[in-house]
Amino acid sequence: MLIRRTPDIRPSEITPEAVFLDRRRLIAGLLGAGAAAALPAGEAPALAALKYTRNAKLSVTEKPNTFEEITNYNNFYEFGTDKEDPARNAHTLRPKPWSVEIAGEAEVRGKFNLEDILKPHALEERIYRFRCVEAWSMVIPWVGFPLGDMVKRFKPTSKAKYVEFTTLLDPRQMPEQRSANFPWPYVEALRMDEAMHPLTLMAVGLYGRELPNQNGAPLRLMAPWKYGFKNAKSIVRIRFVEKQPRNTWNVLAPDEYGFYANVNPKVDHPRWSQASERHIGDGFFAKRRETLMFNGYADQVASLYQGMDLRRYF
Amino acid sequence: MTLTVDRRYRLVYKPLLFIACLIPLGWALGGVLALGGLLPSMPLFDLGADPVRKVLGIVGKTTLNLLLITLAVTPLRQLTGNGYLIRLRRMLGVFAFFYACLHFMVYLGPFQGFSWDAITKDIVKRPYITLGFTALLMLVPLAITSTNGWMRRLKKRWQKLHRLIYPIAILGVWHYWWQVKQDIREPLIYATILAVLLGWRLWRWQQRRAATLKSAPPTARERT
Repeated sequence: MLIRRTPDIRPSEITPEAVFLDRRRLIAGLLGAGAAAALPAGEAPALAALKYTRNAKLSVTEKPNTFEEITNYNNFYEFGTDKEDPARNAHTLRPKPWSVEIAGEAEVRGKFNLEDILKPHALEERIYRFRCVEAWSMVIPWVGFPLGDMVKRFKPTSKAKYVEFTTLLDPRQMPEQRSANFPWPYVEALRMDEAMHPLTLMAVGLYGRELPNQNGAPLRLMAPWKYGFKNAKSIVRIRFVEKQPRNTWNVLAPDEYGFYANVNPKVDHPRWSQASERHIGDGFFAKRRETLMFNGYADQVASLYQGMDLRRYF
Repeated sequence: MTLTVDRRYRLVYKPLLFIACLIPLGWALGGVLALGGLLPSMPLFDLGADPVRKVLGIVGKTTLNLLLITLAVTPLRQLTGNGYLIRLRRMLGVFAFFYACLHFMVYLGPFQGFSWDAITKDIVKRPYITLGFTALLMLVPLAITSTNGWMRRLKKRWQKLHRLIYPIAILGVWHYWWQVKQDIREPLIYATILAVLLGWRLWRWQQRRAATLKSAPPTARERT
């Protein structure tokens, strides 16, 4: 059974957390294997519930999209270019075990197990707006932790001006990587101050559970004031660099996709307007919504780009 | 009971083709009705998270499919020697126009929300929308003159006018090609089929010209 919307009161808010977790572990231990086996054939294995607190201050109050919408309408070309492809095909991805390589201009480098990377971080839920460069949008309850907290642990040097994120490259797990018309692996990057911004999230879950494969399991980026493509999925490498990296879509179509990818209703995509968006779930005859500067996060992030010509640095 | 070929086309093949041409409409309409709770939801009528884009795609691709099938009638007739196939062509062409109109209406309403400012800008500024809109406008005279009356009235000029279908098909495929983000595999399939269909005509035309030059003066011009 998939959760359709966040309940107003969580069990964790009523039961003391330790008791709640122990009980969960006990039930999981008793039923875990059995429940998974009872799923209909072809169904993805159940996603484990996460322990987290809700960050209301950094969440929007709009109604989140349903779990079905968020997990069945994805751009994840490693599993196909149709929006429905990732939900169909991403079962070949194995997010456990997972390791992440830390490289480049940092004192702490090397390959780390994902659990070791996650251990020091308390997870929180943040309900963010999501705006795709294709002019559609959603509202998504992510679970994750601030990227900045993680970056600090690796002690980037003074040379580290950008953070680059690389998605897994493995055609056995990501079948579409066999197609030649894409420069795999997918690479994205943030400027250091963007990476350190409190809104920038390393997401590991949504709707209180681990990330489904099609949403970028087990670790993905989420900078909510940027177009969706900026947010690299299934990250295996984080590299600190001095020079601005070329991000994948910028390599593919430099006149259409820039490095910054900030949501901006005033700067159109060459082939379509960015002034408004279709909000998924609003229905067949719904009106388009106005697109907001920096996707509605202007108060928090506009200062990062002060004095920059956003028409040029799109 | 045996039917003459003529009656078989009139009573069996044409009605069957008519129903077949309505299937994509039924699919899209069923999806929209299911969305509004007017039909029970079932996998067939599940338009997914973005039903507007889905319906736009269904009717858009049906337009392209019908244009290509229309263009395939003449080569098929020449290859099989079955002259009766021509009787199916008008219906295919008129349905292509019907789906092109639907595609445009879904774009105007559900997709753009009848925001005329945005629509005008799109048509003028966005090359791929300009292409699609031009193709639609070019289809209008063909749909109007598709009747027997107009065929009689225009005589030789009718065939000339209806050669507009060639640039229309090119614009249609181009319109599709230009709106995909990166993966051009599917538009490439459409473009290849179109190239074969148009290439066939070019080849026939050259053959004919060579033949006419050899046996000049021509006594009777070969009909296409």
